[in-house]
Amino acid sequence: MEDLALLLARWQFGIVTVYHWLFVPITLGITWMVAIMETSWLRTKNPVYLRMTKFWGKLMLINFAIGVVTGIVQEFQFGMNWSTYSRFVGDIFGAPLAIEALLAFFIESTFLGLWIFGWKKLSPKVHVLTIWIVAFGTMASAFWILVAGSWMQYPVGYVLNPVTGRAEMANFFEIITSKMLWAQFPHTIFVGFATAGSLMLGVSAWHLMRKQHIEVMRTSAAFASVALLVGSLGVAMTGHWLGQVMVEVQPMKMAAAEALWEDEQPAAFSLFAVGDKENNRNAINVAIPAGLSLLSCNNLDCEVRGINSLQAEMVENHGPGDYIPNLFVTYWGFRLMVGSGTLMLIIGALGVWFHLRGTLLKRRWFLVGALWIGIAAGFLGNATGWIFTEMGRQPWVVYEVLLTRGTNSPTVPAGWVWISLIGFSVLYGLLAIPAIYLFVKFAKAGPGEETSNEDVAASMVY
Amino acid sequence: MEQGILNLETLWFVLIAVLWIGFFFLEGFDFGVGILLPFIGKDDTDRRVMINTIGPTWDGNEVWLLTAGGAMFAAFPEWYATMFSGFFLAFFLLLVALIVRGVAFEYRSKNPTAAWRTMWDGAIFIGSAVPALLFGVTFGNLVRGMEIDATGEYVGGFWALLNPYALAMGVASLVLFTLHGALFLSMKAKGDVYDRAVAVAKPLSVAATAVMAVAMIWSYIQADGGTVPGLLPIAAIGLLGAVIWLVYSKLFSWAFVFTGLTIVTAVAAIFIGMYPNVMTSTIDPAYSLTVFSASSTTMTLQIMSVVALIFVPIVLCYQAWSYWVFRKRVGREDVTSSVY
Ligand code: HDD
Ligand code: HEM
Ligand code: HEM
Repeated sequence: MEDLALLLARWQFGIVTVYHWLFVPITLGITWMVAIMETSWLRTKNPVYLRMTKFWGKLMLINFAIGVVTGIVQEFQFGMNWSTYSRFVGDIFGAPLAIEALLAFFIESTFLGLWIFGWKKLSPKVHVLTIWIVAFGTMASAFWILVAGSWMQYPVGYVLNPVTGRAEMANFFEIITSKMLWAQFPHTIFVGFATAGSLMLGVSAWHLMRKQHIEVMRTSAAFASVALLVGSLGVAMTGHWLGQVMVEVQPMKMAAAEALWEDEQPAAFSLFAVGDKENNRNAINVAIPAGLSLLSCNNLDCEVRGINSLQAEMVENHGPGDYIPNLFVTYWGFRLMVGSGTLMLIIGALGVWFHLRGTLLKRRWFLVGALWIGIAAGFLGNATGWIFTEMGRQPWVVYEVLLTRGTNSPTVPAGWVWISLIGFSVLYGLLAIPAIYLFVKFAKAGPGEETSNEDVAASMVY
Repeated sequence: MEQGILNLETLWFVLIAVLWIGFFFLEGFDFGVGILLPFIGKDDTDRRVMINTIGPTWDGNEVWLLTAGGAMFAAFPEWYATMFSGFFLAFFLLLVALIVRGVAFEYRSKNPTAAWRTMWDGAIFIGSAVPALLFGVTFGNLVRGMEIDATGEYVGGFWALLNPYALAMGVASLVLFTLHGALFLSMKAKGDVYDRAVAVAKPLSVAATAVMAVAMIWSYIQADGGTVPGLLPIAAIGLLGAVIWLVYSKLFSWAFVFTGLTIVTAVAAIFIGMYPNVMTSTIDPAYSLTVFSASSTTMTLQIMSVVALIFVPIVLCYQAWSYWVFRKRVGREDVTSSVY
């Protein structure tokens, strides 16, 4: 019975977190884009930028609303569902969460309120400042939550206290300078730009296909393409870097991501594999020779450890048990993420290229692709990237320190978790309806005819 | 073990109390406005006026809750773990309410049809009333004590949370927040909404005083006396009595200040009454979690203290500034001209 409660709590965590994460990357990127647009309006007084600001600003708000409300669940559920875990890590994990609220959430919420309602009440300069502050707030938010998250992937700066039986902070500085954090944080930020860029490019493409609102949408498409290109280049670079950190601190995750059973030197990068878990090998494997060595350590012939030897080592260090994560999910999660990144990079590069040549409007196939494939790749890459990261860490919740098993709340029976699991899933499913409806409605309606800050004011209030 | 009150654990207990007080003071009137929405807002424009009085600031107010929760996690992980898992189903309901409420504010006016707006109006009402009630029930249980076992876990189940005393506290917070909201509208709205808000404030002030008197006296009995917390509940009742007089004398802004002070005093009484316990066990007093047994290490508390001492004043400054920017009353003319 206890295990059912654990399983349900894990499903709930996965579902609500992935859902939160559908909206967050867009917020991370689009706030910057809106800030840049409004700044352009302030400096050039070209109304195209004002109309862009208002148009994308509305979509930003529709997205932001769901990001905010689903975030509240995130903060509560550690205590609700994972009380044993919370007791164990609270000394380290709680601080970044509290700091995030104090440093980031207050800023985001207060200054976004000022931005929405301040079009007439604030001077244009102060007004544009508010959205910049929101944008920095989202960065701060991402940073502090990743301090907590990356510590679970790579616990540093702590001691295990045998008396209290919990992990306690030994060195805060080490925690906020962990190499895992400083690889995850830039990766996540670039992901935000790329995702927001792909969404904006897709929406602009929809209008350009119909040859409407050309002026605004062409400029938007240019902004979005640049964000997408820069974002996905950054994602690929930081992803490579993150991969190296991962091989170092969690070799099992990389082995699982590659379905690499035996140690290999040089190691090949697998493109397609069918596993055979009974016999601890792959039934089929199509691979690029030495590719994985290159990814893991920047040269063509280093050794990459395989699952079998890592499992043996884990058993030796931590006692008997199965330390192999779900291979299907990690393997395909990794591939889908990298695949999405590749697609996004191509779309971003083409978008910039066609824009520079001034041929964007004529490339209908590209516009269709940017709309359907670009947007889908953004969401898919994000979801699979995190699922890969988190499930590749299993069976550990704090890597090599605390097993996931047994960290859920002992006094919360499976029946209660059923209620919250089903309740949140249904609620989130229902919320997606008005969110998508409004997003599509405002996206299709296109920009208005505003020429001054006062014009925007009236359409922003609740 | 006697440990004085000059220590980091106690400082953090006080800070967390301050965060909860800030939350109830600020979000209290947000909840009140939401609860009054169907009663005072006779047509769509009225309701938009009401929502826009809190529009720019409700989310910032809600972050006080998130910060209080985060601070509990950081400073008293055992408290956070026991309380949040103990109130599992109640907090689930709370989260559902806060979710639909937050989305409703943002989405309500983005579509003109009546059915759409009615749906979100309902969400705002329920999303405001349910938390206003549940927070009282939650704090009632903290005062009363809960079935905490030797391992520090709550083992009393769901129904034990719905005891008469806690429910009385829930009704008290519900009515008090509604009054707080009505008085907030009396300062921020004009026209019909203003007229109706001051009209409901009269009976509400009497009702709030009555239910608060019951709840506070009952709390006093629950908490087994204790001199300081004994005075505070009386102060809370006295302050609310003053609200009645202020409302009938048409001194609405002062009345708002006094409902605010009532909230401050009542929540302070609850926290002072609990100290040094954070979760009182009704099974065996020795099982109670105290600020010392539930806390984080000194290092974590020190780091958090530095961060809080720098940033809490900054937050207060810019939140105050945002209230200043939006100090003007909202009227029908501010929303009718607009297309969504
Ligand atoms: C990398 C970025 C990132 C990640 C990994 C997470 N979030 Fe998030 N979160 C944000 C980035 C963000 C954000 C961009 O700052 C949001 C999105 C929309 C918003 O308003 O802020 C946000 C909103 C948000 C809110 C609402 C804030 C408000 O009311 O203004 C809370 C309480 C959380 N998050 C908590 C969490 C927790 C506990 C997470 C871990 C499980 C989590 N988030 C993952
Ligand atoms: C927003 C991006 C994130 C996504 C999409 C995500 C996704 C997931 C998923 C799918 C699981 C379930 C894994 C499993 O049970 O097999 C999980 C587990 C978990 N994640 Fe994350 N996660 C994210 C960020 C974070 C962050 C930033 C933290 C810490 C602050 C965190 C803390 C946890 C914890 C505590 C679990 C434990 C539950 C478990 O292991 O099952 N996650 N996450
Ligand atoms: C282009 C090649 C890419 C590479 C080489 C790459 C590499 C990686 C690696 C190795 C991890 C795991 C880190 C860990 O276990 O801690 C990761 C995580 C992640 N990836 Fe990527 N990635 C790429 C593209 C993308 C794209 C396109 C997206 C989204 C659109 C994305 C989103 C994520 C997310 C959200 C995570 C989890 C958060 C994090 O660890 O920062 N990635 N990536």
